[in-house]
Amino acid sequence: MTAARTVTVVGASLAGLHAARGLRTQGYDGRLVVVGEEHHRPYDRPPLSKEFLTGDGDPGEGLGPLALTDPEEEAELDAEWLLGVRAEALDTAAGEIRLTGGRALRTDGVVIATGATPRTLPLPPLDGVHTLRTLDDALRLRAELRAGAERAVVIGAGFIGAEVASSCATLGLDVTVVEAAPLPLVPHLGEEMARVCAGLHTRGGATLLCGTGVAGLRGAGRVTGVELADGRVLPADVVVVGVGVRPVTEWLEGSGLALDDGVRCDAGCVTALPNVVAVGDVARLDRPGSARTVRAEHWTSGMLQGDVAARNLLAGSTVERFDALPYFWSDQYGARIQYAGRRESGDTVRIVEGDPAEGGGFLAVYERNGIPTAALGVDRPRPFMRLRRELARAPQPAGR
Amino acid sequence: MIPVCRIEDLPEGESVRIEAGDATAPIAVFHTDGAFYAIDDTCSHQDASLSDGWLEGCYVECPLHAALFDLRSGEPTCLPARKPVRTHAVTVVDGMLYVHPATQIVPGQPVHAAPEEAVA
Repeated sequence: MTAARTVTVVGASLAGLHAARGLRTQGYDGRLVVVGEEHHRPYDRPPLSKEFLTGDGDPGEGLGPLALTDPEEEAELDAEWLLGVRAEALDTAAGEIRLTGGRALRTDGVVIATGATPRTLPLPPLDGVHTLRTLDDALRLRAELRAGAERAVVIGAGFIGAEVASSCATLGLDVTVVEAAPLPLVPHLGEEMARVCAGLHTRGGATLLCGTGVAGLRGAGRVTGVELADGRVLPADVVVVGVGVRPVTEWLEGSGLALDDGVRCDAGCVTALPNVVAVGDVARLDRPGSARTVRAEHWTSGMLQGDVAARNLLAGSTVERFDALPYFWSDQYGARIQYAGRRESGDTVRIVEGDPAEGGGFLAVYERNGIPTAALGVDRPRPFMRLRRELARAPQPAGR
Repeated sequence: MIPVCRIEDLPEGESVRIEAGDATAPIAVFHTDGAFYAIDDTCSHQDASLSDGWLEGCYVECPLHAALFDLRSGEPTCLPARKPVRTHAVTVVDGMLYVHPATQIVPGQPVHAAPEEAVA
């Protein structure tokens, strides 16, 4: 993209912010617009399910420690912030983004960073039922958990569900986690390690019910219980639904961009149009050396993709690929889980430090034909990081 | 002044986390490049213990998000951290390692005298 006069980042998120930073650090000095549906400047989401829920004191009005920028950096970034404004359509032929209220924004380049939104269940809209994605979601849940709620039911035992359940337990609530699968997190961790991590719920004082769906909710106006598919009813003052997210791409329908559970991009975050790139949870990237595509919902991917996307957008073609080793972490029930790599079904797992059976920390390595493919650590940050570095440097089995 | 350990108990490449009392946050003490350094243990970005971090020369990498801090200044050298961590003076007296927390407030007591043998 040679003479860009305006680049618009749609999504005032971690990934969007890092793309904006990337544009500036790589010398883009044209007009930079950041459109954000939320009223907030970019902030860090990972604490929302953890210390933000359990922390003392009043979280206050501002972003506080969640803020990803400060006034000094914002001045350097020299961006126009359109906050509380939603992008409703992208007209690539006209070079226009249509915003709420009918306003149109002329732009030469676009960074799509609209992220994802929580999946919901076909449940009646009762008070006391929450999803958790945004700061405003977290503020509502935080207030309700402290307003005398005694029993929480968390639907979905993924990472967000487990972290919220852990926070509820920390706050002294009676917590039950309901998971439709026979065991949570099997696609992420494999059965053996998924079983170990599922044990954290019990150790942390929560009840985990697996292999049962949710049939409905009880209550009129306000939720009083969760009805399970097997007929049981769990009394609840607060219900949190954590059943995954879907990428926010509705606004791109009709844009001509390829959408397939995310915005389709090449391995360098570039769509079929060289002046449109996508980053973060919304981006589905080609995986070099394989026929597959990958949409990561990891904090680190969102952060790192911004720089790659900015470089390619400014170059007008893909001069750099995103190839960072997938990494995520989760804090739950006093344990820190860290995972890095590309595990696949059928990889074996070997404990190299500690003993999961004893309930303490441990370090595990996943392998395929003797080649390490991924690492999992529970309360082993230092050796985990060593393994993560080794994995990032080592050759991986073909196609991953 | 807080005693950390005997210097032989903190070999090159190692680190230790010390609870410095209610007045100040936990401190991480490192032995690297032939010297001892002390900085705030908690990463300025998110809750992670820098004493668990990866040491490379005078830098430590946060074990959660790989933010890199200069042990000499406490300044972050890359994202995601943007704020520095505090540094603390370290001294060795008769083979014993001590940390002098930067803002240890002891009401009614004068600040302790200068250290005898500065190594960092």
